[in-house]
Amino acid sequence: MIGLNVYLALIAIATLLSMYRVFKGPTTVDRLVAVDIMTTITTGLMVVFALYYGRMIYISVALVYALLAFGGVIAFARYLEGGL
Amino acid sequence: MNALAIIGEALVFIGTFFYFLSALGLIRMPDVYNRMQTSTKSATLGSLGVIVGVGLWAVGLGYSPAWIVQTIAVAVFILLTNPISAHALIRAAYRSGVPLWEGSVVDKYGEHIRAKERDNVESPETVPEEGGEE
Amino acid sequence: MEEASKLSRYLYTVIVLFVIWLFMTASLDPQELAFGFVLSLIVAALTYEIFTTGGLSNLHPKKLAYAIAYIPYFLWAMIMANLDVAYRVLHPKRPIRPGVVKCRTVLKTDAGKLALANSITLTPGTITLDVDGESYFIHWIWVPEEALTENDEEHVKVTSANITNPFEKFLKVIFG
Repeated sequence: MIGLNVYLALIAIATLLSMYRVFKGPTTVDRLVAVDIMTTITTGLMVVFALYYGRMIYISVALVYALLAFGGVIAFARYLEGGL
Repeated sequence: MNALAIIGEALVFIGTFFYFLSALGLIRMPDVYNRMQTSTKSATLGSLGVIVGVGLWAVGLGYSPAWIVQTIAVAVFILLTNPISAHALIRAAYRSGVPLWEGSVVDKYGEHIRAKERDNVESPETVPEEGGEE
Repeated sequence: MEEASKLSRYLYTVIVLFVIWLFMTASLDPQELAFGFVLSLIVAALTYEIFTTGGLSNLHPKKLAYAIAYIPYFLWAMIMANLDVAYRVLHPKRPIRPGVVKCRTVLKTDAGKLALANSITLTPGTITLDVDGESYFIHWIWVPEEALTENDEEHVKVTSANITNPFEKFLKVIFG
């Protein structure tokens, strides 16, 4: 058994790698894709934190976060298409 | 530590590995379409693994069974919404004029859009200023 | 598709909302159950018109059985997709040959088309770019040789056999 800290570290590394694409990305859509991946990873991170602190209520936070992130990404995509 | 906790921990490990893979795909692929191909799929399966794994692990550690129900609700939500945002993003990329990678072999969507525009231009008689650059 | 009666559509909405409530609260406390039921009744009264056209016929046992059989099939396809992605990302030469291809579907309803588009996005090397009527435009990371013909009909036949047909045999029954 490796322990939760290792998984948290792996998730942090994945987030940092996507952050590289956010800064580097040649087009706006590149950055947006990276942000979308980061929000997905963050949802998983919140669920892991729920187990870390042993509180079930944090899972609901993850659900609401996923909902808001989804709405945000859709709004940005519509804006880039020119049809907001 | 019982069997449920071990399965859950294994799922969490696989999920975090796929997170890492999706971030790697984000860096290694040459253009935005291929980046989306690799990263969306891995991030979605990674989330499924991590979230359901945490639920199983928590039940194995002795928390209430409500954990697994709630985590499955989050997982299903991610499974339903992630492909939709990927689809919205890739269409936004195409419509906002990001070119396909130079190694791409076929582009039927471009043909389809151009054919549609031709039909639209031919039917109304008002052809906009053609050859204004000459 | 013909519209079901108002009562059947209303009841179907109530059932779906109540199941969602059960998953969200994850508790069997009678007080929460009663409150959830009342909320489902109210919300369903406001939304059933845009929520469904098929009504209770969506809960036909055959459709439910196919939907349940679809879950493991889909999960398996998704795991294969991710092994494929892992291979392409970790391979030092980055073996990709991308392109946008055209597919055709036999599904008629909007819900079925949405489910098919989502399934395509999550399975090996394909992601839905746009849907226009019954044509699907799909970004494919490894376009096979056979699909590179000039003939449009042949192209659509090859791509449809590869991408849409495996899912359609389930989704045709589930969504009609």
